[in-house]
Amino acid sequence: MEGGMTSLETAMKASSSMASGAIRNADSDQQTLRSNSLEQFYFPRPGQLPGIPPFFGPPSSSLYLPNDNEAKIGNPFESIPSQNKDWDPHAIVSNLTFLEQKIKQVKDIVQSMSNRENQIAGGSCEVAAKQQLITADLTSIIIQLISTAGSLLPSMKNPLLSSNPAVRQLGNSLGSPMGFGMNANQRPSVDNKTDIPGAGKTSDYDELMNNLNTTQDERDELMKCPNPCGGEGSEPTPMEDHDVKESDDGGEGENLPPGSYVVLQLEKEEILAPHTHFCLICGKGFKRDANLRMHMRGHGDEYKTPAALAKPTKDSGSDHAPVTRYSCPFVGCKRNKEHKKFQPLKTILCVKNHYKRSHCDKSYTCSRCNTKKFSVIADLKTHEKHCGRDKWLCSCGTTFSRKDKLFGHVALFQGHTPALPMDDVKVSEASEQPQDSEPMNEMTRSMGYSFPCSSSDGLSNLDMKMVDDARFSPLSFDPCFGAFDDFTRPGFDISEDPFSFLPLGSCSYGQQNVDS
Amino acid sequence: MTATAPARREPKRRRPSPAAAPLDSLADELLFLILDRAAAADPRALKAFAAASRACRAAESRHRRALRPLRADLLPAALARYPRAPRLDLTLCARVPDAALAAVAAAPGAAAASLRDLDLSRSAGFGAPGLAAVARACAGLQDLDLSNGVELGDAAAAEVARMRGLTRLSLARCKAVTDMGIGCVAVGCADLRDLSLRWCLGVTDLGIRLLALKCRKLATLDLSYTMITKESLPVIMKLPNLQVLTLVGCIGIDDDALCSLEKECSKSLQVLDMSHCQNVTDVGVSSIVKSMPNLLELDLSYCCPQITPPLARSFKNITKLRTLKLEGCKFVADGLKAIGTSCVSIRELSLSKCSGVTDTELSFAVSRLKNLLKLDITCCRNITDLSLAAITSSCASLISLRMEACSRVSSGALQLIGKHCSQLEELDLTDSDLDDEGLKGLAGCSKLSSLKIGICLRISDEGLIHIGKSCPKLRDIDLYRCGGIRDDGIIQIALGCPMLESINLSYCTEITDRSLMSLSKCGKLTTLEMRGCPRVSSTGLSEIAMGCRLLSKLDIKKCFEINDVAMLYLSQFSHSLRQINLSYCSVTDIGLLSLSSICGLQNMTIVHLSGITPNGLIAALMVCGGLRKVKLHEAFKSMMPPHMIKAVEARGCGLQWIDKPFKVEVEPCDVWKQQSQDVLVR
Repeated sequence: MEGGMTSLETAMKASSSMASGAIRNADSDQQTLRSNSLEQFYFPRPGQLPGIPPFFGPPSSSLYLPNDNEAKIGNPFESIPSQNKDWDPHAIVSNLTFLEQKIKQVKDIVQSMSNRENQIAGGSCEVAAKQQLITADLTSIIIQLISTAGSLLPSMKNPLLSSNPAVRQLGNSLGSPMGFGMNANQRPSVDNKTDIPGAGKTSDYDELMNNLNTTQDERDELMKCPNPCGGEGSEPTPMEDHDVKESDDGGEGENLPPGSYVVLQLEKEEILAPHTHFCLICGKGFKRDANLRMHMRGHGDEYKTPAALAKPTKDSGSDHAPVTRYSCPFVGCKRNKEHKKFQPLKTILCVKNHYKRSHCDKSYTCSRCNTKKFSVIADLKTHEKHCGRDKWLCSCGTTFSRKDKLFGHVALFQGHTPALPMDDVKVSEASEQPQDSEPMNEMTRSMGYSFPCSSSDGLSNLDMKMVDDARFSPLSFDPCFGAFDDFTRPGFDISEDPFSFLPLGSCSYGQQNVDS
Repeated sequence: MTATAPARREPKRRRPSPAAAPLDSLADELLFLILDRAAAADPRALKAFAAASRACRAAESRHRRALRPLRADLLPAALARYPRAPRLDLTLCARVPDAALAAVAAAPGAAAASLRDLDLSRSAGFGAPGLAAVARACAGLQDLDLSNGVELGDAAAAEVARMRGLTRLSLARCKAVTDMGIGCVAVGCADLRDLSLRWCLGVTDLGIRLLALKCRKLATLDLSYTMITKESLPVIMKLPNLQVLTLVGCIGIDDDALCSLEKECSKSLQVLDMSHCQNVTDVGVSSIVKSMPNLLELDLSYCCPQITPPLARSFKNITKLRTLKLEGCKFVADGLKAIGTSCVSIRELSLSKCSGVTDTELSFAVSRLKNLLKLDITCCRNITDLSLAAITSSCASLISLRMEACSRVSSGALQLIGKHCSQLEELDLTDSDLDDEGLKGLAGCSKLSSLKIGICLRISDEGLIHIGKSCPKLRDIDLYRCGGIRDDGIIQIALGCPMLESINLSYCTEITDRSLMSLSKCGKLTTLEMRGCPRVSSTGLSEIAMGCRLLSKLDIKKCFEINDVAMLYLSQFSHSLRQINLSYCSVTDIGLLSLSSICGLQNMTIVHLSGITPNGLIAALMVCGGLRKVKLHEAFKSMMPPHMIKAVEARGCGLQWIDKPFKVEVEPCDVWKQQSQDVLVR
């Protein structure tokens, strides 16, 4: 309870104390609902479920709602200011009492259902009916909660809703089967509702809801936010800046003004699902294009033409469809729409890659180097193409696949210097001295790497350590050259030479050096 | 300054005489003063001085600033004798193996540590190991010249990078060095002031950018013929201390690159050379000159296709400009006039080979540029007496006037030069209408040091005698194909010009041994060219050999009378000889072999000598260890053993095979000149 409170409070620093008080109440209700969910209680069936209109004034709901609130809930936008002014503690108390009762009823139904499941294997019709009943009840409870708490808090709108994906998922899973059209007018109330549970406490509740909705196989997990946080003038929630290192390309260079595009936010599960066909309107993913086309029909008549059914509606939808950008569901991420410097992602593919790269475990390990790990398999494949061929080497031991990256690195760090790969050194030396001897090779190899970093630099030279110091100390250096007398006459062999008066006196180097 | 020629000893060397004793007691400072004076008079005097006494020898070894050994294998001995010489010049050693550099590093005493300056610019055969040895031992090295190290790669550059104290480095023509090598140098040698990357074709913007980032002290930078583009030009231009920037032949520099610089140019830049940047036009140039207020010298030769009035007016922004080189440019629409009005501060103007230079424009320009000191109008063929009259009347303080091949200027106008420009030190009237009257007029130019009057067929001894009498400071005279010159004129030159260092008498067919005998009195003569002088013989050349001990360059092609005798004299006395052309002479194997005992000999041309056999030739080549380049007749190629040729080449000597027809007769000068002008008309 306290944990949930603090997390909520941090998320709502901008809110008034009054508002947070209301939420506390609402939260406690939620707690009650969850902890008592096993109790059995029979509750009469409410009005026709599909009859609940998309707005908050269902005929059936009037049964549960106190009259003084009903009208205001019917038009929350207009009523908010006045409600804020004439905030009535008594009305709220009565509301909450009512909610308590209601929740108890629902709990009992659920309890009875679980009991009956154990007893009778059959009776699926009855179970299904009860499930519908529970769903409807819960929906009305939530609506009630929102109308009680949410309408009091005009400042808490979209941002908080979207700050918690799980919460929103709850809202969706609840809303869609009930036929709630998730249109713009409805948004504020739904948002506020979703603020109720603490971030960490939603998962089991969520599960419950999923169970309740098993009949629905295509859940609308995605919410459409016609105006993202910045657009409506609602204050962006202050939030810690988790600057995740971005490696994806979507929306990087774009400077779309906030509000000029629609932000979609896929859920975690959706992102990680192996879908390949995505709805361009809502972002929902499908395994088969045919399913997508069927889904598109739900977006309107224009998608029902044979042409639209034949292939994805890329072209036909391009002129009238609003610019769509995507938000990462990870709160605190720069790609999340709550972020102060929100940078939207351009495509669903970008979302998928971004989410996997930034917020998922890197489960693919390169089989060649066994060090590099990736969360996107394409990245692994790209890496494997170049793995082992990082030939641009810095004196600090870091390797780069591209020369400009190496030079950028060297330019950045004091004392670092480009290092020549071992092979290159050997090759170049061999070409310079065709009659290279073994100690020479060893020496050049060691020298190729031994760039002393500046002494102040703490980075020790990795490659220096490989040098066999005893062998190449200055003392032993000179005898090394004793073997190189041949260098002075490359290209021909003196023993074959009939002329013995060669003027070169270089044969004496070895001896001289050894002597000295 | 040849050091330690091994077998050379004073012929009459005696034990130190009592007379030498006072010299021993002198303080080092005084001894050094004496040494400096003696060396200035005659470099060989140092050797005699060292031989005088033990103390003198020690003093001389202490005082020696530079070592220039003839062979790399002499290095240990030279360093032992001169342990404090800060400069080691290996330009005479064609092949310096790694072992030799290791010997430098391992030299006893402080020789390696006191080395400041190492010149390997004309040497091959060394690589990274040798440089590593140097880097380890010579901690004080400041100046390293690795020019022409075409074999040097990144590994070598990485070794250079370990020489932390380097302030000057030349990697010119190190074509195998890439960005990696330059990157190492940039990080390692942060104190670099002067760097040349000319012809480093492996270097790209990456390396140059890093260089500009790490070497902030760079003042002189040569990036000629590199692949620099607009990617790295801005960072180079922003180097805070950059004074001299050379960008010759950078095809990656175009108007786009220059225009993108905006105002980011270094305020310290004084010299900018963009000659042969073929992709630069007047647009780019006029955009950068605005941001270089302190520029003193600008070279746009063969760079801008057109010099337009707007470009010329943009030079107004460079208020301090002193030197403007516009060789090979084309002036359009009064461009030259605009130069005259805009560049009032300039002292030096080069319009060599420019097209579009007319009398009216040039006259107008020089009338505004009254402070001009140097003017080059070589090959401005359209100018006439009018221009010369304007030049001589406006620019009275000229010290250099070069107007080769201005063939429309009459002899009468050329007299004006001597009359008005008495400050002249350098004058080039090659291929002009100059006559004796003109030469007589030049008698007023007593400061004349260089006079080029080749292919002036109308001059004779009479005029030349005036020069000889009145120009005592003459160092260089070119009388190429002056067919009218005879011995008397040369004798007067030899008498009147004791400073003479270089004389060209080629195809002055009338001169004889008398001229050479008189020239042998010019002790400073280093260059003597007299090809096609059939009347000189060994007698005259022998005199030259004995008299002109500093002779280093000799051309006696088609001097048919010269034979082995002269070679014997040369081998005996001319130990400074570096270059000789013997084609068509009567020299045989004997002469050639004796000649090859001159250890410093580097270049030989031995074509069409009837007395030379393949055996003699190969023997001479093998003996002469310092040879760098030898021109031989193609016919010898098959007659010499291939492994011998290989051996010679492996030592660092390039053999060039010439396949020209044998042609003895020399056409008269007037015929030759007519032929050359016929080419021009066509």
